[in-house]
Amino acid sequence: MSLEVDVTVQRGEFALELAFSLPAGETVALIGPNGSGKSTLVDLLAGLVPATRGTVVLAGRTLERAPTLRLAPQARGLGVVFQGLALFPSLSALDNVAYGLRARGVARARARAEARAWLERFEIAELAERRIGALSGGQAQRVALARAMIVRPPLLLLDEPLSALDVEARASARELLRGWLAEAPGVKLLVTHDLADARAVADRLLVLDRGRLVAEGPVAQLLAAPPPFLAAMVRRSEP
Amino acid sequence: MSLRTGRPGQAHAVLGALGGVAVVFFALPLVALVGRVTPAGLWAQLGSPGVQQALRLSLEVSLISLGLCVVFGFPLAFVLARVAFPGRALVRGLVSLPMVLPPVVGGIALLAAFGRRGLLGGALEQVGVVLPFTTAGAVLAVTFVAMPFLVTTLEAALATVDPRLEQAAATLGASRWRVLWTVTLPAVRPSLTAGLALCWARGLGEFGATITFAGNLEGRTQTMPLAVYDALQSDPEAAITLGLVLLAVSLTLLTALRGHIGRRR
Repeated sequence: MSLEVDVTVQRGEFALELAFSLPAGETVALIGPNGSGKSTLVDLLAGLVPATRGTVVLAGRTLERAPTLRLAPQARGLGVVFQGLALFPSLSALDNVAYGLRARGVARARARAEARAWLERFEIAELAERRIGALSGGQAQRVALARAMIVRPPLLLLDEPLSALDVEARASARELLRGWLAEAPGVKLLVTHDLADARAVADRLLVLDRGRLVAEGPVAQLLAAPPPFLAAMVRRSEP
Repeated sequence: MSLRTGRPGQAHAVLGALGGVAVVFFALPLVALVGRVTPAGLWAQLGSPGVQQALRLSLEVSLISLGLCVVFGFPLAFVLARVAFPGRALVRGLVSLPMVLPPVVGGIALLAAFGRRGLLGGALEQVGVVLPFTTAGAVLAVTFVAMPFLVTTLEAALATVDPRLEQAAATLGASRWRVLWTVTLPAVRPSLTAGLALCWARGLGEFGATITFAGNLEGRTQTMPLAVYDALQSDPEAAITLGLVLLAVSLTLLTALRGHIGRRR
């Protein structure tokens, strides 16, 4: 099970041109500054924007072969934690988590029971019936993660999942996230502009700049001898 | 002195006073109407078969029309809010037109389109459908005048729904219908309720287009506003009582629905 990407996405003047392969098991962080193309990659993988050229293959299944084949977001079976989390405000925490199972035709009682187990696992079972608006940033982040993981996706895509948290909550959330992601099977891609998030959570780094991959490798190795662009980020992220 | 530079207390007093004038302006005609009606007169009117028939017909016509407004208006609002197509601005203008058009002109236009000698009237008659001067015609007239209130309210609300919510639902495997039902509709529910309230209330009070297109036939097209008009010719006291009944129904409806929206917010 792996993710193979070799694509060009042209959006106006901006072009994202990438080729990479991610194995299952490891958590990989895609890091890059604002405007580097991170969101475009998330939207491409989720099936929300088309590739201009190339292929996306996940666990042997072709999600995209531009310009002829493009699976709809519904058909991709991914788990996505969107930036800002995109939790459904009209549903309770429990029904948010159960949503993916219900959409797959799982009976309500069974979907809710399984969702409750996920909330227990994330230590927020007592919040099951709460509305999303009544959750703290950290609690909402757990609900979003549970909602994405409950469908056991072959690709778990996390777009700045910690951005809603304040500095203190963020440090402990990183540790928890690392633990939870370690247990998830499949390919795990964390997209972030924050090197500290990447360093704490990921095993490998992909570094994106102006639509191109500029560096790739194990976190420790890359940070020990960072290429110039990453070195600047390292300096900025140090207290 | 402007509101910006004045103390907040002063600003509130000014706003409160001006708002109060508006409330008096709306309340005074209602109070005057109530003052002209005796309980016995009201009771007698409510018991009269003609009034009951008009009231029943009003509810029937306005509710069927409301159903049509939802069935056709919701999709229209959705398309206007979400799909960019050539001529969208023109369609928007067209849809809003009945809101500014004198209803009588709307009725004449409906006659020109669906009347016996109208654009489609002949074709409709051949398949056995006759609209002018029928209850169905009254429904059509009310729908023509009321639907824009639902469409414009809903379109504005649909345009503000966070697309990320719908995208999140899609990535979780939800079909377009499920996304619409579980994410989009709940997000626009307050506006949907407000639009339905406005649409229904407008339909209940519809007069001009109905009398022009459907006529004033007791038991078939004579809704409450038309019955009020009829009564005004012969018995002004009865007209006032009927008017009060219509007012009470509309006020109850609007208060209930607006209150419902207020609570949800």
